[in-house]
Amino acid sequence: MKNSIGREIPEEIINGRALYGGEFALNEEVAKAAPKVKPVKPNESKLLNSIEEAIIKTGLKDGMTISFHHHFREGDYVLNMVVDAIAKLGIKNLTLASSSLSNVHRPLIEHIKNGVITKITTSGLRGGLAEEISNGLMEEPVIIRSHGGRARAIEAGDIKIDVAFLGASSSDEYGNASGSRGTANCGSLGYAKIDAEYADKVVIITDCLVDFPNMPASILQNNVDYVVKVDKIGNPSGIASGATRYTKNPKELLIAEYASKAIVESGYFKDGFSFQTGTGGASLAVSRFLRDEMIKKGIKASFALGGITKPMVEMYEEGLIKNIFDVQDFDLDAVASIGKNPRHYEIDSSFYTNPHNKGCIANKLDVVVLSALEVDTDFNVNVMTGSDGVLRGASGGHCDTAACAKLTIIVTPLVRGRIPCIVDSVNTVITPGESIDIVVTELGIAINPRRADLIERFKDVDIPAYTIEELRKKAESIVGIPDKIEYDDKVVAIVEYRDGSIIDVVRKVK
Amino acid sequence: MERLRRTMMFVPGSNPSMLKDAYIYGADSLMFDLEDAVAINEKDSARFLVYNAIKTIDYGNTEIVVRINGLDTPFGKDDIEAVVRAGADVIRLPKTERKEDILEVEAVIEEVEKKCGRSIGSTKMMAAVESPIGVINAYSIATSSKRLIGIALGAEDYVTNMKTKRYADGTELLGAREGIVIAARAAGIYALDTVYSNVDDEEGFRREVRLIKQLGFDGKSVINPRQIKPVHEIFAPTPEEIRRSANIIRAAKEAKQQGLGVISLNGKMIDKPIIDRADRILQLAAAVGLYKEAEEYEK
Repeated sequence: MKNSIGREIPEEIINGRALYGGEFALNEEVAKAAPKVKPVKPNESKLLNSIEEAIIKTGLKDGMTISFHHHFREGDYVLNMVVDAIAKLGIKNLTLASSSLSNVHRPLIEHIKNGVITKITTSGLRGGLAEEISNGLMEEPVIIRSHGGRARAIEAGDIKIDVAFLGASSSDEYGNASGSRGTANCGSLGYAKIDAEYADKVVIITDCLVDFPNMPASILQNNVDYVVKVDKIGNPSGIASGATRYTKNPKELLIAEYASKAIVESGYFKDGFSFQTGTGGASLAVSRFLRDEMIKKGIKASFALGGITKPMVEMYEEGLIKNIFDVQDFDLDAVASIGKNPRHYEIDSSFYTNPHNKGCIANKLDVVVLSALEVDTDFNVNVMTGSDGVLRGASGGHCDTAACAKLTIIVTPLVRGRIPCIVDSVNTVITPGESIDIVVTELGIAINPRRADLIERFKDVDIPAYTIEELRKKAESIVGIPDKIEYDDKVVAIVEYRDGSIIDVVRKVK
Repeated sequence: MERLRRTMMFVPGSNPSMLKDAYIYGADSLMFDLEDAVAINEKDSARFLVYNAIKTIDYGNTEIVVRINGLDTPFGKDDIEAVVRAGADVIRLPKTERKEDILEVEAVIEEVEKKCGRSIGSTKMMAAVESPIGVINAYSIATSSKRLIGIALGAEDYVTNMKTKRYADGTELLGAREGIVIAARAAGIYALDTVYSNVDDEEGFRREVRLIKQLGFDGKSVINPRQIKPVHEIFAPTPEEIRRSANIIRAAKEAKQQGLGVISLNGKMIDKPIIDRADRILQLAAAVGLYKEAEEYEK
């Protein structure tokens, strides 16, 4: 069957689930799930000697669901340590509900082959693990969920976490856990907070045990069953880069210049506006151009949102941004800011952008700048599969913030190497075209025809403007039309839209 | 109006990624280099690449210049053959010392134009002067061929030959620069200044651009997209210049309509050089979108 954007979803995959039918098509009242709680009495200790002991104490059994967060990114040691220990204990057939997975989680390949992990839900998949899954490693398709979609699924009970193993940069022996004050710091624990709220059992894993009480804490003791001290939770250099550098790449700068000009001319650029920019070179550079424009025009932002980077912190400290809502930090300056700047708030992923709560912060977002691997002539965006059809990206908050923001801008080069980035039809839809307002390339912009108001507004604006078709043709004239990727029928991943409906599937590559 | 040549951006002929979209940064001309930027073992592949880039990619209004290897190298002739066939706008000669250098290359260009059916004279030429003898012969070079659209200074070889080096204030280049501009103006062709290599020193770059504008150059060679905007900003007429020029041109028109031989504005007489200069400023302003003829400017 086809969903509303024409993506063919096999019947056996649908299996009673909703098909994507529009950004806000699923909007009924929902009931929240609730975790089981085993009360902890005074004088009971939560501190355990090893991960093995924690696994045993939590009662983890075959067929259960375990969860992890991805705040340690490529520096994460926790997930591999825990799953190794689980495998040694002979537990099998688990569902892995990680907020994301990356290159560092390659050892999971063996655990999947051995039957320890049989189902996965995640936002991202990269590296060797992603390649193996694309080649059909798993029986069950992986479910790709956005950050808002994962929070929704947990609150709705679609993901029922039996045991959450949550790495923390510091913790006290009673489970007050933080992403700061340790040796491997990640700042916000925004994605882990929701796991701590909804998992039946919560284990904090830290390499920095501090005196009680470890305040302010991201995760509070009343949600924590056990605390385990290990030698090292992660490699700091893989967690947060020293400082996010501004790009000197002239093409990225040109794209950023067009994007910021588009924002300034869009009508949304006024005192009290709010924005989110990503971490890619062009996306980051947008903040710099915006900063200059804000100073020039005397405009201050009400808030900045998202993954936080140094440029946003600097603008906060200059008084250009009044509040920062932070679900994740990307560099050490952002990590440091969360502890010292009073209006730099740590938020959880539901507050961030869960579509089915009583109003996420993204609903108040004016402008978001996002990147893309591919955009098609319907403005659908792929950030998940490469030009070879293999999983190599992350859904992240892409479809979430794109749906919510009043102005959604996609920045992408026209071509990468010999691969066109503006195409007829994307390999995989993560964000539907109806959420996208303007695509910005180094040649100029294309405005979504759904936004007649913007097309009218940009008539006299000095940015080269094309239709998306024209951009596609220009890309093709340079690199030609690549051969179509050959896929099997087997579905290796289901792409869930933020509301839980199926927006696309990823098939096995031949 | 005449073509703007404020910026000519150097692009190594061996770099496909830069060849394919160097035009997006808004340089007036692109100079694809087959000479110094290309290693000896890549001369053939670079020529092939530049040929195909020119044939395939739509560079819009950007002028395409190709710097060839000299005829005293094993590559010069093949370069000319490929570049003329591809349809480059301009062939740039390196290290030009005397008018015979131009004439020799012109003969080869003409031969290729005949062979491939391009109209004779359609491939323009440019000469880079990079030695003391070249500067001495600048006028004779500048007037050697009708194909010649401009002469440029190449400073690195020049300062070495002069037993000096490049200094921040550029005093060592003053003689060469004046020689080139005077020769170009006498011959009625464009004068282009040399590159500024320190891409990270924007202030030094701007200083140099202001200097060469003052000397009368039409534009500057640039080596990075980041250098384009400063040149265009400095070469753009100021609002005050535009306003004054518009008034001068209007006064000239009114005088002509009334059949007056003498033109005056605010009680002052205006002669032809002033009108010419005002005309040039308005053309430049129009080209960069700062002036529309229909617009009203206060008197």
